[in-house]
Amino acid sequence: MSLVEALLAGERLALARLLSQVENDTPAGRAGLDALYAHTGRAHLVGITGSPGTGKSSLVNQLALALRRPPEGTPPLRVAIVAVDPSSPFSGGALLGDRVRMRDLSGDPGVFIRSMASRGALGGLARATAAAVQVLDAAGFDMILIETVGAGQSEVDIARLAHTTLVVEAPGLGDDIQAIKAGILEIADILVVNKADLPGADNTERALRMMLELANPGRDPHEHQGWRVPVLRTVAAQAQGIPEVIAAVQQHAQHLRSSGEWHSRDRARLTHELEDRLRSTLAEEFHRRLPAADYEAAVEALLQRQLSPSQAVEKLLRQADPARSPQSGSSNG
Amino acid sequence: MERKIRVLIAKPGLDGHDRGAKVVARALRDAGMEVIYTGLRQTPEMIAEAALQEDVDVVGISILSGAHMTLVPRVVELLRANGQNNVRVFVGGIIPENDAAALLEKGVAAVYGPGSATSQIVKDIQDALIGAAA
Ligand SMILES: Nc1nc2c(ncn2[C@@H]2O[C@H](COP(=O)(O)OP(=O)(O)O)[C@@H](O)[C@H]2O)c(=O)[nH]1
Ligand SMILES: [Mg+2]
Repeated sequence: MSLVEALLAGERLALARLLSQVENDTPAGRAGLDALYAHTGRAHLVGITGSPGTGKSSLVNQLALALRRPPEGTPPLRVAIVAVDPSSPFSGGALLGDRVRMRDLSGDPGVFIRSMASRGALGGLARATAAAVQVLDAAGFDMILIETVGAGQSEVDIARLAHTTLVVEAPGLGDDIQAIKAGILEIADILVVNKADLPGADNTERALRMMLELANPGRDPHEHQGWRVPVLRTVAAQAQGIPEVIAAVQQHAQHLRSSGEWHSRDRARLTHELEDRLRSTLAEEFHRRLPAADYEAAVEALLQRQLSPSQAVEKLLRQADPARSPQSGSSNG
Repeated sequence: MERKIRVLIAKPGLDGHDRGAKVVARALRDAGMEVIYTGLRQTPEMIAEAALQEDVDVVGISILSGAHMTLVPRVVELLRANGQNNVRVFVGGIIPENDAAALLEKGVAAVYGPGSATSQIVKDIQDALIGAAA
């Protein structure tokens, strides 16, 4: 049985191994993604971002626990977790410690936790995180919780990948507007003030609400495309405030579906991915066919200021395809 | 993307400090490995489950409690039962020589006493995995 078949049959070792192949971008990993693609698109992808130490892993642990033990009458969801931590820029190694906060989840066959090193990527996720999430989606997990590094300048990657993005703040990291990372309002669907047991939680919450108001002057302060960004308090260390967060996550999914935004987010994400692939594949293929001497000559012409970069591209394209009309796409390629 | 050696560092048993485990974890990270650290008081079942989900190449068990003769073989057994036949298990801690020999017999790849240099652990893992990994 192939890894893909074994994965679809529910074998966890096959899932774990395919995740490694995908993470290492091996031919087997790429073939696996191709074969699994038709099985993706079902899971609710939920991002959890926020500065290191705010309690993301603890919150993920509690969210997963609650999803596994829902109130009577609702079926438990199968939950996968991808937790990304930074790689050391010096050694390339990494210390992945998020599982320390997730020990409550062990022994549950409805939960699968995978740690991932960022491997040099700067946007809060690893380059292969989106692909790993696809594998977990195909493996049938209903909800996939994606914990970001949290230390990135911008955490836009997670907003692009996830349907629902939680931004976690905590008191004590500085409780005024200046201390809160710029840009979070653009990505937050739900704001969480964790460590609400600590003094200063009021200030943190007030600062967040003030930011929401400043961002949307004159309107319902929290509303964005029909969604009112809630500010919720939790004590992840003591399992407080968790049902409210789950309710908000599920309401957000409902909102996305009823407003058509689920579809448009998927579309935007997949378009972006297609664009990305197209660019890298075309460039790779072109390079493979391009005689090295022509490339060197183009670089030399740039150095000599004989050709501009776009003229050099035009020249290389014409050398590869003499039938190409000389003006096509000349200066804005 | 180059392949990284993935290591799970686990601390079973009830004794409450993990300084040794953390020192080893950092040394392995500094040697370029991806180290999954799972925290204190792990049962053999928890260790094997994490090793499977993380698809690690190596499991390092740090143990001071004296329960190594029951806990460690159980971890090896569970790994093998899960199909992780090639995962190397090493043990660090205060382990009498006779016990160490018995553990090696039961499928443990190496046993390191309190005086072992972390550089030796790094080297043993690299020797065992680089080349074998192709
Ligand atoms: N006081 C308090 N501490 C918490 C709470 N949630 C998490 N912590 C602690 O905050 C620290 C960092 O938590 P962690 O979940 O690892 O944060 P992460 O780095 O964002 O993933 C740990 O020591 C947790 O025990 C909380 O609600 N209240
Ligand atoms: Mg964390």
